[in-house]
Amino acid sequence: MGYKSRLVKKILIHSTLFTLSILIAIPFIWMISTSFKNIEEVLSLPPTWIPKRWVFRNYLDAVRFVPLGRFFLNSVVVSSITVISQLTVCSMSAYAFSILKFKGRDILFFILLSTMAIPGEITLIPTFLLIRNIGWMNTYQGIVAPSLVSVFGIFLLRQFFMGIPKELEEAGRIDGITDFGLLIKIILPLSKPALATLSLFAFLDSWNSYMWPLIVTNRIEMRLVQVGLRYFINDELGNNWGGLMAISTLIIIPTLIVFLLSQRYFIEGIKTSGIRG
Amino acid sequence: MKRAITPILFLFPAVSLVMIFIVYPIFYSFYLSLHSWDMISPNRIFVGFKNYAKLIRDRMFINALKNTLIFTIYTVPTQIILALGLAILLNQKLKGISIYRAIFFSPVVTSIVAISAVWMWIYHPSLGLINYFFRILGINPVNWLGDPKTALLSVSIMSIWRGLGRTVVIFLAGLQEIPKEMQESAQIEGASNWQIFKYITWKLLSPTTFFILVVSTINAMQVFTQIHVMTQGGPAGATEVIVYNLYYRGFQLFQMGYASAIAYVLFAFIISLTLMQKYMLNRWVFY
Repeated sequence: MGYKSRLVKKILIHSTLFTLSILIAIPFIWMISTSFKNIEEVLSLPPTWIPKRWVFRNYLDAVRFVPLGRFFLNSVVVSSITVISQLTVCSMSAYAFSILKFKGRDILFFILLSTMAIPGEITLIPTFLLIRNIGWMNTYQGIVAPSLVSVFGIFLLRQFFMGIPKELEEAGRIDGITDFGLLIKIILPLSKPALATLSLFAFLDSWNSYMWPLIVTNRIEMRLVQVGLRYFINDELGNNWGGLMAISTLIIIPTLIVFLLSQRYFIEGIKTSGIRG
Repeated sequence: MKRAITPILFLFPAVSLVMIFIVYPIFYSFYLSLHSWDMISPNRIFVGFKNYAKLIRDRMFINALKNTLIFTIYTVPTQIILALGLAILLNQKLKGISIYRAIFFSPVVTSIVAISAVWMWIYHPSLGLINYFFRILGINPVNWLGDPKTALLSVSIMSIWRGLGRTVVIFLAGLQEIPKEMQESAQIEGASNWQIFKYITWKLLSPTTFFILVVSTINAMQVFTQIHVMTQGGPAGATEVIVYNLYYRGFQLFQMGYASAIAYVLFAFIISLTLMQKYMLNRWVFY
């Protein structure tokens, strides 16, 4: 290919990608733009892309009228417990499945792995009945209990641990280190990328989770952000599209920031599992 | 002595959690599916397979099956074609490509509820963005989510928008495994871009494509959140899907046995798709 045709090709690709990314970004742009308009401008035609007068009232109202602060607190608590628990539980079992040697290890791992194919809907009703029977409805422990472990996480960490050179492990053993010491002092510090990937997915899954928190909570003060937003749409929306877009922006921003900071791990995670996200 | 107990200690938390929240529920929901139970009365009535027999004649469930199938047909092929095209474009070495990638991937991480809210606003019959463009182009405005004819399509468009990036990531990973030399030597021998795509890229990508096809079909069969937020199965049942039906029976009407039977039917569909995928992949490796 000559220089000229290569240039034409480049320009063609750039303009196609540019147009498509605008199309993909329009909902975000429209959401943010609406969130800064006053009600008259929101309800006027033709729509304006850039607010004529920037107002912050929608954000202030959202925090004041919807107990959005409480919903955020709930979601932060639930996401933090989920991430910490998955990191702990998954790295312990991944250690057993990759570094320890015991009878039936690979069969047990295979059985555990095959549970990844089981859809969440099948476990929904029994898990709900269990949580209800032990009186954990409307509690943080009830919301987080089913996501304290992730089989995907065990798989991801095991793959990574198996790639760590045996010599490091043996050197530790000679110094008389215990298994817990080996995991905490040698294996985990070397596994930061895998731990980052797991944290990212645990956070996203937990922050965006919907059906389970919807089912195990019925008190307003225990709602997570997603469920809280849904009730706002159903019960209080009216014509307050500016308010709705402000709340949506506030809910989406944390995940977008986390994503932009950790894009590399995000891509690794999707490649490993194929379906997450 | 010490060595024998170590694996048990390390595995205890994960294995017990999986037993409680995955293994036990699988058996228990099958047990429930053989009973009639409203969650309040103390005794469950054993009905055998009657719940399953009832499902076949349940208009609402058949409608949900049909809508799930339509949703799958709307979303899966479109998403695969769009994602493959995008992945090929994004696989080029160009300045600024990482910015484009970030934009295309970003919808995947966003909350479905918040994004449903944004699309409800975009679909608004009088003030919405799409109808605004329609009016400029001289097309009659459409009552997107309010009309039984377009409601499911509207939910599908939003779902494609959100899920596209994930499929692009998997295609990109597949494309990067194709050796560059093959495409280059074909180019030297005078093959056109279309021939290279058809005989090399598409062929070598087929396991990836098949994987995506199965996984996105499974995902499409489990659609719930956007429907619960945007339409609640309406208007006139036009967006009732399997999981929405399960939710309605189980958590609105508290028919726990019947809802468990719905869950088991869905489970059977998904497991057969997974097994088919495993079988096909094995064949690919052997030939």
